[in-house]
Amino acid sequence: MAYVRPVSKTTWYLAKRSYTVHMLQELTSLFVAIFALILLWGIGALAGGPEAYQRFLDGLTGPAMVTLLWVTTLVMCYHAIAWFSVTPKAMPIQHGEEFVPGSVIAGAHYAVWIVLSLIILFLAGVF
Amino acid sequence: MSEIQITLEILRYDPEKDQEPHFQTYPVTCQDDWMVLDAMNHVKDHVDTTLSYRWSCHMAVCGSCGVMIDGAPKLACKAPVRDYADRTARIEPLANFPIERDLVVVMDDFMDKLKRVKPYIIRKEEKSIEDGEHRQSPAELKKFKQFTMCINCLCCYAACPQYALIPEFIGPAALTMAHRYNQDSRDQGQADRQDEVAKPEGAWDCSFAGECSEVCPKHVDPAGALQQLKIATTVQWYKGLIGMGGK
Repeated sequence: MAYVRPVSKTTWYLAKRSYTVHMLQELTSLFVAIFALILLWGIGALAGGPEAYQRFLDGLTGPAMVTLLWVTTLVMCYHAIAWFSVTPKAMPIQHGEEFVPGSVIAGAHYAVWIVLSLIILFLAGVF
Repeated sequence: MSEIQITLEILRYDPEKDQEPHFQTYPVTCQDDWMVLDAMNHVKDHVDTTLSYRWSCHMAVCGSCGVMIDGAPKLACKAPVRDYADRTARIEPLANFPIERDLVVVMDDFMDKLKRVKPYIIRKEEKSIEDGEHRQSPAELKKFKQFTMCINCLCCYAACPQYALIPEFIGPAALTMAHRYNQDSRDQGQADRQDEVAKPEGAWDCSFAGECSEVCPKHVDPAGALQQLKIATTVQWYKGLIGMGGK
């Protein structure tokens, strides 16, 4: 009878460094979810009027919240960079017989990211 | 030509005698241009004739000699012994497959999945011989050519953490074949493959760990193929939703 080797459902990602890195990348999704929840909280507060929005802004202060926001921002940057770097695999562009270099496809994502960020900062009155 | 000493630590399993596999070591004196497969053949021919493993071409074409070498899936015929000189190389059957005997794995699951994705050209209407051949431009060929290099060695399955956890996952090589034919300008069978490819155990069970592409001895990019399949099946699904063909 054929022998089936057991696979650990709880520790498999420790077997190889690349698996561990992959799971850490997956884990960054939690921070994306945290940011999304904060954003929803803010939008809800905005709909609730000036006082509610001020309470939201006050809620974002304090060492614990500021630390959380910084960690979330850094982890989300890592999340974005990790995914941008693999976009050439998911979205190859063929021009004639040749494929457009991966650096161009990933670079286009960074360019859009920067432009959108600048537009948002402009609309927010930073400039 | 100089000689190299290596020790092969090979996982042995005899279904008629053993409750579970065990390792057996074989010191081998190799020529320095040998591959690990040569060292295994030396053991088989001169030391222990009971050792079982698959091999055929010895030139990375047949895809038969895939094994785990120090935990990494590789073709034994493409792994130089000099990489393991003066030390022990641990040889195991490809991970994630049941062991039939020694280094021979049961491939039935893959063969069934490969069949299910219909890895062949499907035509809605066959052309008659008088109408001539199906012409294809170099650009159309380039679109899918890298995927045709797959030799079904199953190294990608042995590297895939998702296949290890979810045996129902159709997996890298079979899904890459589905994508290869979907991309072929002569093929009209994308809708026929859609049900198999678009279901949860199809492309969507891939978490994009990317290990399949890292270990592929033929430099195919199954991880890329699966992400492209996710996009294609989504487009196909929306087309179906608005009644533009597709399922």
